[in-house]
Amino acid sequence: MEITVVVNGRPHTRDVEPRLLLTHFLRDELSLTGTHWGCDTTTCGACTVRLDGVPVKSCTVLAVMADGARVDTVEGLATGWGEGDLDPVQQGFMTCHGLQCGFCTPGMLMTSRALLDQDPDPSPETIREAISGQICRCTGYENIVRSVRWAAEAEQAARATAASTEASGVSS
Amino acid sequence: MQVPASFAYERASSVRDALDLLRRHGPDARPIAGGHSLLPMMKLRLAEPTVLVDLGGLAELAGVAIEGTNIRFGAMTRHADVLASPVVAEHLPILVDAERVIADPLVRNRGTVGGSLCQADPSEDLSAAFSALRASVVISGTNGDRVVAVRDFHRGPYETAVAHDELVTDVLVPIRPRTGSAYAKVERRAGDWAVAAAGAVLTLDGDRIADAGIGLAAVGATHFVAVEAEESLRGAPATPASFTTAGALAAEHVRPVADQRGPVDYKRHLVEVLVTRTLTRAAARARGEA
Ligand SMILES: Cc1cc2nc3c(=O)[nH]c(=O)nc-3n(C[C@H](O)[C@H](O)[C@H](O)COP(=O)(O)OP(=O)(O)OC[C@H]3O[C@@H](n4cnc5c(N)ncnc54)[C@H](O)[C@@H]3O)c2cc1C
Ligand code: FES
Ligand code: FES
Repeated sequence: MEITVVVNGRPHTRDVEPRLLLTHFLRDELSLTGTHWGCDTTTCGACTVRLDGVPVKSCTVLAVMADGARVDTVEGLATGWGEGDLDPVQQGFMTCHGLQCGFCTPGMLMTSRALLDQDPDPSPETIREAISGQICRCTGYENIVRSVRWAAEAEQAARATAASTEASGVSS
Repeated sequence: MQVPASFAYERASSVRDALDLLRRHGPDARPIAGGHSLLPMMKLRLAEPTVLVDLGGLAELAGVAIEGTNIRFGAMTRHADVLASPVVAEHLPILVDAERVIADPLVRNRGTVGGSLCQADPSEDLSAAFSALRASVVISGTNGDRVVAVRDFHRGPYETAVAHDELVTDVLVPIRPRTGSAYAKVERRAGDWAVAAAGAVLTLDGDRIADAGIGLAAVGATHFVAVEAEESLRGAPATPASFTTAGALAAEHVRPVADQRGPVDYKRHLVEVLVTRTLTRAAARARGEA
C-alpha cells in the first residue's frame, strides 16, 4: 500500500505492508534510526515520536495509520538554537546530564519538546507526569526533570530578551 | 520482534463507509480505533483480523459535548481529550480521577473511549467508571442505531453486545443534580493495570442517598458493578457507617482471581477499602465540599 508521511517537514512516499509499524517505517524504510525500538509492548517509550504534534509510542501505530500525517522525530529537533543548532531541550539534557547510555533519550526529548510547546513553565511534577510513560534505566529521572526545567528557563530567558529588544526599538 | 499476521487495511471516510466495509469484509474484519489494545493483541497473534477498518479519520466520532440532559462522548474521543474536557471536569469528576490513572500520557494520546468499552478487558477502568455512571452506549448498524445500557453491554471478558458489522458511535452519561462521584485504583507501578479499582456515584436527597452507582475493575464483578452494595445504599443516610457497610458488601460479592498482581484476599480487602473511600469522596463532592 502506498503511503506518504511528512517526516520532519519532508514528504516520504513508500509502498509498505499494512502490518509495518511506524517505528520500523522510520528506522528501516527511512533509515532514521534516532527513534529507538525497545520493548515492543507499548511500555518503555523509547519509540516515542510526534504524530501531528502529539507524542505517541510508534511501536503501537501502523505506518499506514500515519498516511498523510506529520511525524516528527529526534532527527528534526535541532533547528538552530544552541550549540551546534541544538533545540533547548537537547541543550538542557547535555548541560544537566539528562542522559547516560542515551537509549531512552530520543523519546524523552520528543515528549519534553511537546510538553514545553503546550506548557512553557511546567512544574517538576508536571514534567514527571509527562514522561511517566517512558522508562530510563540509567538516570533515575532526576536529571531528566532538571534538563527540562533548564530548557524551560532558557526559553523564557530568550523570550524575555527578545521582548525587551523589541520594546526598546533596537533592530537587529 | 513482534509482527502481526498480514491483513488488508481500509480507512473509513464516514461511519456509513465503515459499516459498509465491515459488512462487506465479513466477521474477520475489525474496526481499529487507537489500536492500543488491538495492535498488542495482533503482535501476540491473539487477534488475527484479515481486514482492519481504521476509524482514525472520523472526526464526527470525536469530542465531548452536553446534549440535552446527557453528556455525549464520541467513540473516538481519546483518553487525553476526556482528561482535558471542561465539561467532564465540571460534571464527572469520576472520569477525571479514572483517566489520571489509565496507562500513561502517551497511551492516553491514542486510546479511545469506544475502544476501551469494546475491548471489554475485565480490568478496563472506563468500563467500571461508565457502569457506575449508568451510561448508555449507542451502537450503529446498517439498519440504524440502538441504545444499550452499559450494564447490558459487556457480555463477559472480551465480549460485548456489538456485532461484527456494527460500531459503537457514542456513550451517553445522564447529568444528575446533587450528584458527586469519584474513582480510585491500586496499581503495582505508575501506569499499570489495576490490582483493583472502584468508582462511586452518589445522588443525595438532603442527608439521604437517593441513588448510588458502584463500578469495579479487575476483581471479577459481574457487569463491572456491585449491585448488592448499591442496593444497601438506596434510601440510607449518607454517613460513614453506610459507606463502610457498602464496602463490606461489595467485597463479599466480588470474585477476584489470584494472579501476579496479588492474591484473592488482598484484592477483596482492596475492594472494601476503595469502595468505602470513593463513596466518602463522592458524598463530599455531592455536597460541594471537595
Ligand atoms: C501499556 C498500556 C497500558 C494500559 N493501561 C490501561 C489501564 O491502566 N487502564 C485501562 O483501562 N486501560 C489501559 N490500557 C488500554 C488503553 O486504555 C486502550 O487504549 C484501550 O483499551 C483501547 O482503546 P483503543 O482506542 O486503543 O482501541 P483499539 O485497540 O483500537 O480497539 C480495541 C477493540 O475495540 C474494537 N473497537 C474499537 N473502537 C470501536 C468502535 N467504535 N466500535 C466497535 N468496536 C470498536 C476493536 O475492534 C478492538 O477489538 C492500556 C494500554 C496499554 C498499551
Ligand atoms: S518500543 Fe515502543 S514503547 Fe517500548
Ligand atoms: S539514559 Fe540510559 S535509559 Fe535513559
